[in-house]
Parts: sequence; structure tokens; C-alpha cells
Amino acid sequence: MSAGWRIEVDARRCIGSGSCVGMAQAHFRMESGLATPIAAAVEPTETVIDAAESCPVEAIAVRDDDGVLIAPA
Amino acid sequence: MPDVARVAARPYPFSPPDRLNLDPLYAELRRVEPLTRVRLPFGEEAWLATRYVDVRTVLGDARFSRAASVGRDEPRLTPRQIEGGILSMDPPGHTRLRRLVAKAFTARRVEQLRPRTRQIADELIDAMVTAGPPADLVEHFATPLPIQVICELLGVPFADRHLFHVWSEAIVSTTSLSPEQIHEYLDNLYRYIGELVQQRRREPTDDLICAMVRARDEHQDRFTEQEVVQLAAGLLAAGHETTVTQLPNFAYVLLTHPDQLARLRAEPARVPTAIEELMRYVPLGVASAFARYATEDIEVGGVLVRAGEPVIGSLSSANRDETVFADPDRLDLGRETNPHIGFGHGVHHCLGAQLARMELQVGIGTLVARLPELRIAVPEPELTWKSGMIVRGLARMPVTW
Ligand code: HEM
Ligand code: SF4
Repeated sequence: MSAGWRIEVDARRCIGSGSCVGMAQAHFRMESGLATPIAAAVEPTETVIDAAESCPVEAIAVRDDDGVLIAPA
Repeated sequence: MPDVARVAARPYPFSPPDRLNLDPLYAELRRVEPLTRVRLPFGEEAWLATRYVDVRTVLGDARFSRAASVGRDEPRLTPRQIEGGILSMDPPGHTRLRRLVAKAFTARRVEQLRPRTRQIADELIDAMVTAGPPADLVEHFATPLPIQVICELLGVPFADRHLFHVWSEAIVSTTSLSPEQIHEYLDNLYRYIGELVQQRRREPTDDLICAMVRARDEHQDRFTEQEVVQLAAGLLAAGHETTVTQLPNFAYVLLTHPDQLARLRAEPARVPTAIEELMRYVPLGVASAFARYATEDIEVGGVLVRAGEPVIGSLSSANRDETVFADPDRLDLGRETNPHIGFGHGVHHCLGAQLARMELQVGIGTLVARLPELRIAVPEPELTWKSGMIVRGLARMPVTW
């Protein structure tokens, strides 16, 4: 069974820096100046961790399928 | 699509910097020729994008590359070639290096530095008040404040500031230093940081340079020694020449807009909003550079940019785009929606943005609160502006209160 991850962007925190979109363009896109996940459920991949760890305002949360926070640490 | 590609390139910057005024040609280009050919003092010709939407595309779209600038005669303001470093990389290499330090610059971590930053600002004002007016706001306030903050964050001795303050100029100099001096200063800066890195290895401490050293030693294959040294030196220098210049610029704008300053004094809670507007309004750069190279043919501003061509996005022009900002040439400290790109956009979005914001909020907030009678001590035309640098700013700012 492949354990999926879930990604969320907190729109109240996002400052639209565009960093996540540039780092992980398969997973995030800009919508009205703010980032939004392309799909909420993703296969585990380091690039979404990179994006969450690099977000300047920690607006991105990556969780495993039990809802446990994986990133940001 | 019209092939305007081969019309003669305009010399860029369009005119010598005139205080903080933006050349009106930007507004005209946004209207009639949003992508135009320019020739910078050094390097190959480039496209210049002036509209907000196009500048965001150039900075944010992964089909535009900074890594592709390596080995090219990059368009630039400075005689020296930009030699690698984080601003010359693309993901995933860029991500690897950026993650090494990103955590130390998040809004949450920066918030923890606010009380200490306030304390430093208060001490500087105390010293100015004790010595009595006039004072030079550049030397006595705007320079030591960000330098002390970045020194404490990195773990660089503040006592050595007279050394690296001089060397840091090499990074923002266009003609103020000779090419030999620029080389010598950079060598000195890298050697100085290299020695600090070695010292942290022998005697670990609780600062960012030490955290970088630990990360490098734990993952020998992930980061080279040179990458660590160059990034730390870059942070020290960036923490110097930007906020140090913007603080007096912001103070100057406020003191020359007394009605808006009065409102800010009456409502200090508006300071963060005011800082965003000042970031939008003040064109820090004499011109934009750090061209992005197209990795495939891409249409921008109605022009087909060919693969391999460099495009520069003008942040200052984007921040005055009338289709995004109502009445863009007007300073409005209460501007509510303000998606300015004064800190850039995309993967290279300023690493120090949250830190700079906090420093500017504290710096301007402290000046406004503690020196209600603050004013420029000489007639405006007598103010001296820096020259031969990539940034605009006051060389000295005599103030009284
Ligand atoms: C008011 C102050 C500042 C302004 C206006 C500013 C502006 C910028 C801009 C526009 C960029 C993007 C350049 C591009 O994409 O071509 C940038 C990148 C950068 N800034 Fe700042 N900056 C400021 C303060 C700082 C401070 C205090 C630091 C360091 C602690 C810093 C470190 C950096 C770094 C390391 C980059 C490169 C990031 C990367 O390539 O991923 N900046 N800055
Ligand atoms: S990195 Fe963070 S702040 Fe920047 S666009 Fe993505 S979610 Fe928003």
C-alpha cells in the first residue's frame, strides 16, 4: 500500500513569494497572487519537503496519511 | 508577433540616478514597448521587461534560468563577472543551498530577533540624543543597526565591522572601486569568512555560521567548503548594503512627505503597512540586473524571446505598474493591497526579506516614536547621494531634532 502525503497552503500566511512554485512546479501554482497545491494528495517526494522547508512564512504543511506533520520540521 | 528584436538597444540604465526618482521612460515603455532591447555598461545585450505581469513571469517561470548565465558574458552594471553563488543557480542545486540557511530567515525565527533589534535601535538613539544634534543618520543609525543584527545572527564579530564594511562595498560597486580593488576586497572577505569557518569547526558556537559548518561536515557530499564560505560572505554583505541604504531612503521619503509622516506618528500601528508601501515606492536599484536566460522560446510582453536570450525584469518598473497599483507614482502609506515585488519573486525571492522587513519596521518605528521633531538638517539640494554603486542612497544624511 503506498502511503500518500497531503499538502496544504495556508492562504492567510502565504505572501506570494513564488518560491514553492519555482522549486516544485509539479506541485504548486500561483492563483491570484498566492500559492495553491496542484493536488492535495501526492506521492511522497523530497521536492514538497524542500518547498515547505524553504517557505519564508511556513505557510506550507506536508502531512502523512495519518495527518502527522512531516514538514516543516 | 512583431520581431522588434533587432532595433537598436537603448543604453541602460536610461539615465544617471537622480535621487529616488524613477526615469519616466519606464512608464512609457510599459505602455508602448513592454519588452525592449537594452545594453548595460558590461556584457551582452538583453531584453528588459517593464510590466508587472511580465517581470513576474521572468522571475517566476522555471523556463527562465539563472544557471544558464554561467559562462555567458552576462549583462551587468559591474565590471566583475558575477561568479556563481546562490543567485547563479537553478533548482535543484539552488534548493539544496537555499535550504541550508532558509530556516534561519523564516518570519517566525526573525520575530525572535525583534526585541534585540529594538534594543539596538534604542541604544543608537540614546547615543545620538546624548551627543546632541546634528547627527548623520547614515553613520549613527542606519549603518550600525542592520550590521549588528546580521553579525549576531551569523556569529561574525561586530568589532571587525570596519574591515568587512569596506570589503562589502566590492559587491555593490560599479565604478566607485577599481577592478583590482574589487578583487582584493572580495579575496579579503572570503579569506576572513573562511577563517571564521575554520574557527567554528574547532570551537562550536550557537550561530548560523556554525550551523552551516555543521551541516557541511555532516553531509560532505552535499556542500563544498567554497559554497559555505561564499554564501556566508554573501549574507554578511547583503545584510549590509541593502537595509543600510533603505533605512535612510525611507527616512528621507517620510521627511519629504510631512503630511503622511504626521499620520504615521499618530498611528504607529501603521508602520508595517507603511514599510510595504516604501518598499514599493523606493527604487533601491540604479537598474535591475541578474538577467534570466530563456531555456526555450517564450512569449513575453508580446515578443517571442528566443531560447538562450537573456531577459532582465525591472522590479522598480513593475512596482509602478498602473494596472496593478492605483495611482502608482503616489506614495500612500495606507495602501491596503500591495503585492509589490521589491524583494523579487520566485526561487530567488530575497532570502533576507523577513529580516529586512523587521529591521525596517523597527528602525523607522523607533525614529518616528523617539524623535518626533526629526528633520533634515541641511537644505535638500545639499544632500549628497552615493554614486558608482548599484544602489541609490544617501552618502550622508545630516539630521536634527
Ligand atoms: C531592504 C533590504 C533588501 C532588499 C530590497 C533586498 C532585495 C533583494 C532582491 C530583489 C533579491 C532578488 C534578486 C533577483 O532575483 O534577481 C534578493 C535576493 C537575495 N537577498 Fe535580499 N534584499 C534585502 C535585504 C537582504 C538581507 C538583509 C539579506 C541577508 C541576510 C539578503 C539576502 C539575499 C540573498 C541571499 C538573496 C539571493 C537569494 C537566492 O538567490 O535564492 N537580502 N534580495
Ligand atoms: S513559498 Fe510560501 S509564501 Fe512563497 S508562495 Fe509558496 S506558500 Fe506562499
